[in-house]
Amino acid sequence: MIWAKEETLSREEIKEIQTARLRETVERVYHTVEPYRKKMDEAGLKPEDIRGLEDLHNLPFTTKQDMRDNYPFGLFAVPKKDLIRIHASSGTTGKPTVVGYTRKDLDVWSECVCRIACMGGAQPDEIAQICFGYGMFTGALGLHYGLERLGAAIVPSSTGNTEKQLMFMKDFGTTLLIATPSYALRIAEVAEQMGIHPQCDLSMRTALVGSELMTEAMRQEMYKAWGDHMNITQNYGMSELMGPGVSGECLELNGMHINEDHFIPEIIDPRTGEVLPPGEKGELVITCISKEALPLIRYRTKDITRLMYEPCKCGRTTVRMENLLGRTDDMLKIRGVNVFPSQIEEVLLGIEECGPHYEIVVDRKNHSDTLEIRVEVLSDYMMDSYAALQELEKKIKSKIRVVLGLDIKVSLVSPNSIQRFEGKAKRVIDLRKN
Amino acid sequence: MFIEQLSIFLENRPGKLKGIADALKEKNINIISLGLSDTTDYGIARMIVSDSARAKQVLLEKGYTAVLTPVLVVELQQEVGALSQILDTLSTKGLNLEYMYALVTGKEGGAMVVKTSDQARTYQTLKDAGMKMFSEEELNELKK
Repeated sequence: MIWAKEETLSREEIKEIQTARLRETVERVYHTVEPYRKKMDEAGLKPEDIRGLEDLHNLPFTTKQDMRDNYPFGLFAVPKKDLIRIHASSGTTGKPTVVGYTRKDLDVWSECVCRIACMGGAQPDEIAQICFGYGMFTGALGLHYGLERLGAAIVPSSTGNTEKQLMFMKDFGTTLLIATPSYALRIAEVAEQMGIHPQCDLSMRTALVGSELMTEAMRQEMYKAWGDHMNITQNYGMSELMGPGVSGECLELNGMHINEDHFIPEIIDPRTGEVLPPGEKGELVITCISKEALPLIRYRTKDITRLMYEPCKCGRTTVRMENLLGRTDDMLKIRGVNVFPSQIEEVLLGIEECGPHYEIVVDRKNHSDTLEIRVEVLSDYMMDSYAALQELEKKIKSKIRVVLGLDIKVSLVSPNSIQRFEGKAKRVIDLRKN
Repeated sequence: MFIEQLSIFLENRPGKLKGIADALKEKNINIISLGLSDTTDYGIARMIVSDSARAKQVLLEKGYTAVLTPVLVVELQQEVGALSQILDTLSTKGLNLEYMYALVTGKEGGAMVVKTSDQARTYQTLKDAGMKMFSEEELNELKK
């Protein structure tokens, strides 16, 4: 089901909407947001210099640092009385980034999330269990409002108490699961321990996962745990831009459709800031063109992807962004090699004898980076043979060497010994001191 | 003939083995024999216990990984050359030993827990050589 007509417009129609909204947004932020006015003045730009999409690249970027520097409300374009919601990012280092919404912003947000839910196969009659943590985090309430708009019955179960989550799933006949991929797998694991078979005993048919990256290998694990009949899609967003709802996968599973009437995507070279031609890989930059409270201009997401303008079989005409290899923030530099934890995950999940639960420990010894992977052994027959365990260790090492070109240490650990997560999984432990 | 040996994968950290011993004690399960070797990061604790199926269940519930492997328990007289004789029997038939550890049956003698690359043929070979192998009932009698 395609929710909105805006998802099937012609390229010209999309450009027309984007142009009008971009001009209006630039005009507005210049007059209402001091830091933007300063940046534009410094660049020698007046709002009227931005006549259309072709002028977008002249505008200065906005970064996470700008949000921190203007904590909490410095980038807001409306007076506080117009706000009806405030969220904040978790912000592990430094101050959190604070985001605000007017009534219209919440309306647009719900609309965007509703579209994404439909892309992922959600129907109006779903019983939707939201296993994201409610609170300052945008994930839970974003999905909540979007699915409510769709007409689903929301079970706002939040995270934690997995046994009870499963009781609700079983007794309510939950059909739609909202969770991080790692929590979705955890729920299936606890189900098995409780004697509940996810495929036979539950009514789950769709999962919308988000808030952390899902690799293809992880999606396969999800099918294994929840059943092949499931529609399992991921969606993309970040609180600065709105929360979830920026883009999402359709059932063709070939990239995530961006809600282009609300967000203009660009791909830049992260080193030079130059805009790259269509189809090239680079950092995703997003301009919010319909937000009242926090209209970010050319926000640097730090996410590496490429844009695909080819028509999609699902019928939508909106541009798709390729699924992420990893967030730049998550990237590790090991002995000069860029390593995305997702690359390690792909290798591990491709090996039958180890499970989806792992931990990456990075350290520095004798001025050289070390990388250790701790992974749970799954296979029963290995448990009585040192030879088989050593063989597995060797196999993991050599596959990692092929993918990353790095020699690493592998530590096999027993099942259930690695921490499980209910929200975003934290699988990397970096012990290096600068 | 075959005895169900319990193998537990465990990380090499203080207190890990104690956790297993405690869990079995709690359920009144006797550890008849234990084989353990040193490795750097992890080890496999192999044991013959009084009720292997239940022991496995108990450990699984406690979050350990335990599997059952069929092994042979061969009697070993307390005399010079007894081990040699067993090994000789196996090697002449081309049977390769994977691991072996001792099991005390009483004051007079003992036994060896044996795992080879081909357990069925090992059983036949030892039987043909006239060696005694303990049954589960016999092992369970030992503690009385």
